[in-house]
Amino acid sequence: MSSSDAFISIQNVNKFFGSFQAINNVSMDIKQGEFFSLLGASGCGKTTLLRMLAGFESTSSGEIYIDGQPTADVPPHHRPVNMVFQSYAIFPHLNVADNIAYGLRKQRLSKAKRAEMVDEMLELIKLPGYGQRKANELSGGQRQRIALARALILRPKVLLLDEPLGALDKQLREQMQLELRALQRQVGITFVFVTHDQEEALTLSDRIAVMSGGQVLQVDTPSRLYETPRTREVASFIGNMNFFRGTVRRNGSAMGAVEAEGLGHIPVPLENLTKPDGATVQIALRPEKFLLTEHKPDAEFAIQGKVANAAYLGERSHYYVSVDGKEEPIAVSAQNLDRVNGAAAAPMGAPMWLSWSPDAVVVLDAD
Amino acid sequence: MSDHGTYIKRPNRPLQIYAVIFLIVLYVPVLFIPLFSFNESIYVRFPLEGFTFRWYRELWTREPVWNALFNSIKVGACVAVISTILGVIAARAITRYRMPGKSALVTFIMMPLVIPGIIFGVALLVLLSRMGIPLTLYTVGLGHLIVCLPFAVATLLPRFEGFDPSMEEASADLGENGWWTFWRVTFPMVFPGVVASLLLTFTISFDEFIMAFFLTGTDPTLPMYIWGQLRFPQEFPSVLALSSLILFVSFILVFFAQWVGRMGLDEQNQEAL
Amino acid sequence: MSPTLAIMTVGILVPFIILLVISFWTRDGFGFDTTFTTNNYVRAWSEPIFGALLQRSFWISGVATLVTVLLCYPMAYYVAFHVHRNKMMWIILMTLPFWTSYLLRVFAWKVILGYEGVINSGLMTVGLIDQPLEFLLYSQEAVIITLAHAWAAFAILPLYVSLEKIDKSLLEAATDLGDGPVARFFRITLPLSMPGVIAACFLIFIPTTGDYITPALLGGPDGAMIGNFIQLQFGRVNNWPMGATLSIVLMLWISLIALVFLFITRKAQEKIA
Repeated sequence: MSSSDAFISIQNVNKFFGSFQAINNVSMDIKQGEFFSLLGASGCGKTTLLRMLAGFESTSSGEIYIDGQPTADVPPHHRPVNMVFQSYAIFPHLNVADNIAYGLRKQRLSKAKRAEMVDEMLELIKLPGYGQRKANELSGGQRQRIALARALILRPKVLLLDEPLGALDKQLREQMQLELRALQRQVGITFVFVTHDQEEALTLSDRIAVMSGGQVLQVDTPSRLYETPRTREVASFIGNMNFFRGTVRRNGSAMGAVEAEGLGHIPVPLENLTKPDGATVQIALRPEKFLLTEHKPDAEFAIQGKVANAAYLGERSHYYVSVDGKEEPIAVSAQNLDRVNGAAAAPMGAPMWLSWSPDAVVVLDAD
Repeated sequence: MSDHGTYIKRPNRPLQIYAVIFLIVLYVPVLFIPLFSFNESIYVRFPLEGFTFRWYRELWTREPVWNALFNSIKVGACVAVISTILGVIAARAITRYRMPGKSALVTFIMMPLVIPGIIFGVALLVLLSRMGIPLTLYTVGLGHLIVCLPFAVATLLPRFEGFDPSMEEASADLGENGWWTFWRVTFPMVFPGVVASLLLTFTISFDEFIMAFFLTGTDPTLPMYIWGQLRFPQEFPSVLALSSLILFVSFILVFFAQWVGRMGLDEQNQEAL
Repeated sequence: MSPTLAIMTVGILVPFIILLVISFWTRDGFGFDTTFTTNNYVRAWSEPIFGALLQRSFWISGVATLVTVLLCYPMAYYVAFHVHRNKMMWIILMTLPFWTSYLLRVFAWKVILGYEGVINSGLMTVGLIDQPLEFLLYSQEAVIITLAHAWAAFAILPLYVSLEKIDKSLLEAATDLGDGPVARFFRITLPLSMPGVIAACFLIFIPTTGDYITPALLGGPDGAMIGNFIQLQFGRVNNWPMGATLSIVLMLWISLIALVFLFITRKAQEKIA
């Protein structure tokens, strides 16, 4: 199971709370220096998994190795990992400097050395001179940075982050995402990051594990998760997706095909077709992979439909195009390259052509 | 999430044992009173000499006990009703209106909790005697009112704090006038607090001794009667029997009051855990 | 608000003013000599008996407070952190005895500690001793034990509330940053529960310094406290002005001790931080 470059290795881990199974046979490896995200809706088990890494939850079965060491018998205060809590858990009775230096107690450093390390940390999180501030004088973003500094000062092998940006407003969150990513590159520590925000996960991560119902659905890089999701659940969790039922038609040529509802007999590269001829599959197409044109395009394959609904979003517009043979309309996202007059480039009810590249088609197993 | 704090909250056996011992030590001393009240011997000592209802039967025939009991009930009922009404008024004002020095006011109301009872007792005694008011059950009631008010306010405050004023506004918006709004919205919401406050203040007044000691005239309350009997060793068994009855009734009333008073409030808290 | 406030003012403020006034008078037969004099205060200061009584009262109350808070803290901690179901039940169980008559609870200890009480007669029946242990009753220890037992609920509630309020993720954060259970307790839990500890100390120390029931029933000559002396002035000795003076002196000392205590705890907290 464990590959040679695995820094954290989670092997067949299960967790039960009473009769409720929070983690269902999870196995995965996290590499050293990686920014790794656990992504899923609330209740999917991602926080439980993170808390297992920290040692706050025990495993019901299975084993977790950190840097080659089994962790089952190691209590949280002896693990080489530190955590940034969702609520930040800044100690209210201590000032900023004492919060940051909290974990240094055991190292028995001189006062001067400690102050120097704290100052270094404050520099790193861009809050120099904040040492004497009281905990209740801090804004949300500042608390978040101090929680980071407090964990990083101990040079942990792994930093665990439990939705650390969830409590911040949108603008600050986007800024903190950039800073967090830069910080991780700077310190080179493995980050395990829990989030329910798919955009955040895509922006920050080297790799993402998509979780649902206590199981890991797919572990991949952001682009592979987006472009080649392995299941319908993953595909619909990350970004928007149009799904079509279809049947595989291999017809012996270099290009395979799928007979799909509403699209007809569409070409699909053979290497994307693993199922035998006649098998039932699902094909998936992202809204932005469609080209929406007024006139029949010069493409291998195109179909005609009617704009059922349109929404203007500034840089792009969303269209819902109804086609014959498919009940729900196809979602299409088009960049507004030209200046748009009125609601959208394609008026409601207008007949339009849809085309796409055969490479854009994702073939999934049928449900 | 319900799974928070598993490491912090994992079972702690020694602490659990300590908690059980603590509860035992808390209750056992009080339980000796009913135990010896069924003892045949006139002396309160081991070994027990046989089971009897004699002391209870004897109580039944004593007129001073009945008088003292009725005195206590009269004072307790009046104090309970008045302190609860005043408590409702105060709790409503404290939670509803913004006013300067609010926290100072609350501190003032709660003061009897942290001032030695004896000082209140003698201060009231001095005041009453200077005003020429004779010591009666009314003066005892006044003393008890001051002791009970902080408890009434403390019981009612959480109810009013958990009460969203926009609900009263919604009722008004839906066409109910002030009286009906109070009756259909406010009262049902705070009702458990009111019941709890009535029961608690009654119990406190019923059991109160320190103030009563200074403010009682010729009509004794039940605790005053007991205090008087404590001087006579031969009366010990009947005092024990009487005390057992009082303890029993107090336990029931308070248990019920606590239960009602926390109804609804704790369910929210428990969910938050 | 206003009726409540009016009652409280009449019940608290006015009596205190009268008490203060009368403390500057002197006894004159069965009436008062109303000429202003500080004689009572001079006596209270110069006669060693008053100082000794005050000192003993504060000593007994102080020890009782310390014992109560130390014993109740683990209990409150247990319920706050380790009880997940039926929390309400536990809280009611812990506080229930408190609502029953103070007099009866003290009486219960007399039954236990008495010359022929539960402990002595029990030990004699078992044959461990053949003479009753005399130090049990009528001693400072008896008073301290009884006070600690009687006031336990007053300590538990504020301790529990302050512990329950602590965000559990702070404890996890401390653990995560390398603290074992002991270090975590002294660096996080204890400092954050200090408000509860302080409140508990006040809620026990202040009322117990003025207590006179417990010393009267269990204290004997060595266990008499200032409360007994004040009571005597209003009773048998019949020197009300002196009693008023002692009440005022007691209040002043309590305030002074409370302020010093607050100051020290604040300094200590700064030091820990």
